Amino acid sequence: MTQPGATPRDIACIELVEMLTDYLEGALPPSEVAAVEAHLDTCPLCRTYLAQMRATIRAVGSVPVETLSDEAYDTLLAAFRDRSR
Amino acid sequence: MPADDVALVDRLRAGDQAAFAAVVRQWSPAMLRVARAYVRTHASAEEVVQEAWLGVVRGLDGFEGRAELRTWVFRILVNTARRRGRTDSRTNAELGGPTVDPDRFRDDDDPYPGHWRPDAAPVDWGPEPVVLAAEFRCVLERALAELPERQRAVVELRDIHGFDREEVCRLLDLTEANQRVLLHRGRARLRGVLEGVLP
Repeated sequence: MTQPGATPRDIACIELVEMLTDYLEGALPPSEVAAVEAHLDTCPLCRTYLAQMRATIRAVGSVPVETLSDEAYDTLLAAFRDRSR
Repeated sequence: MPADDVALVDRLRAGDQAAFAAVVRQWSPAMLRVARAYVRTHASAEEVVQEAWLGVVRGLDGFEGRAELRTWVFRILVNTARRRGRTDSRTNAELGGPTVDPDRFRDDDDPYPGHWRPDAAPVDWGPEPVVLAAEFRCVLERALAELPERQRAVVELRDIHGFDREEVCRLLDLTEANQRVLLHRGRARLRGVLEGVLP
């Protein structure tokens, strides 16, 4: 357990890039959050990497998704009509 | 049951075809992704989704509204998918290894081992609208299609359909930790693809 005010442990970039989703998901313990943030404070390259992850997440949100074929929709609507009769 | 759900369920029970068509259109893409994590082919996933909707149509009158309508529909979907699905655990193959090429980091004999090599460090992508441009949407669409199915399901359910992590764990039968690993690997892969095409 890290004491409050203790110096966060050093993380290398290669380790940090694998911790970012846990960090963004709020799944890291406080001592590890402090270590990630201490690294980000001093490493512009990892800040760029994090910004790219965030940009990727937002960009994914606008991608059109695969859906059912028209035939499948027609089958379902027909089944629904039959039920209602 | 939320008020919106009560109204919707009433319309469905009354045989409102437009309401039914609307929910089928709205929920089927996410249902397909979930189903595809259980069965081997897109065609089987489509059959599972269809079968689930038929189950919903048959069960509407018996729906008691103890859960939200969407939760109930997705539960029917998962049960249908499980009956049809495989039992092998492919998940492990989707969990291992680094998400960034280790060659991009300095060696152990460097004064800064594990830090970005200057010639291989990530480069600023510029203002975000660049990344959101239509051409990159197509790139991402292809890249999503190439992700392993569970990674794809987690990324799409979380980042496109807006499901929360507990829901995704339940639907895909994942632990929270594995859900995060799949999300991480999927997102990191997509970031890498964008990095490869951005100027």
